[in-house]
Amino acid sequence: MNRQALIALAAGILFGAGLAVSGMADPTRVRAFLDVAGKWDPTLAFVMVGAIIPMTIAWRIKAKIAKPLVAPRFDLPGTTRLDAKLLGGAVIFGIGWGVVGLCPGPAIADLAIHPRPALLFVSAMLAGMAAYRGCRLVTAYLAAPAAAAETNSQ
Amino acid sequence: MSVFAHAMPLAGLAGGLMIGLSAALMLLADGRIAGVSGLAARVVGVGLSSAPYSVAAAFILGLPLGSMLVAALQGHVVACFPGSAPLIMIGGLAVGFGTQLGAGCTSGHGVCGMSRLSVRSIAATLTFMGAGVATVAAMRCFGVAG
Repeated sequence: MNRQALIALAAGILFGAGLAVSGMADPTRVRAFLDVAGKWDPTLAFVMVGAIIPMTIAWRIKAKIAKPLVAPRFDLPGTTRLDAKLLGGAVIFGIGWGVVGLCPGPAIADLAIHPRPALLFVSAMLAGMAAYRGCRLVTAYLAAPAAAAETNSQ
Repeated sequence: MSVFAHAMPLAGLAGGLMIGLSAALMLLADGRIAGVSGLAARVVGVGLSSAPYSVAAAFILGLPLGSMLVAALQGHVVACFPGSAPLIMIGGLAVGFGTQLGAGCTSGHGVCGMSRLSVRSIAATLTFMGAGVATVAAMRCFGVAG
């Protein structure tokens, strides 16, 4: 395994362990955060604050170094546009998150905790991802060649 | 205080720090965002993430290994799912489609993007949290068990 993948494996393990320690592996607890009219559980807010502290420091360090420690260069999202795709996607994601209480990280981490329902959720999630990719390919195919080339290059 | 009876502020903060350190490690060593939805889509070949395959696969494989490790150390980890299989599938489909259309989830937009003060990520996070709150409220209103 290459060094970048070893780092990613360590980061994944730390991330999954953090989800389990924080109670975020429990869909019921996450839903309780969203349930402001019921027995509201603020734990998720503490998790967010805890996660944002090291990341705020990390972004400051990032600004001072020319390249990452292991990878040849930084490869980060550069889009700044607020558009309907972003907000529409966030609405659809939020609905799914509210229905079950799971977002992608906890769902995948739960494969080791409660495999049957987690596998059902993750399979449906991957199908939803594939459906989006399918929609994009169809849209690109139906559009004019120039527009199709532009869509593919994004 | 009784409304917060079930909250775990310290465990939440501690687990959150672990998640933030993980994302910091990905950023400073591998030069990329620890965005679970993008990396998961990359692993199954339906995403547009530019991450090397081995990096995406290793990170995604690490998630259940990490929760398994905590379960082994603590004895068990609570994960209480809704009982209805159709609800789980509807939720999964929406999460998968929505995170691809909106280019991120709680980790990418919520943790990495908000800490970067990205306006896009802050807008996305407020939107999916609002949609989540509205969905839970609507389900409560119509008596759908979550």
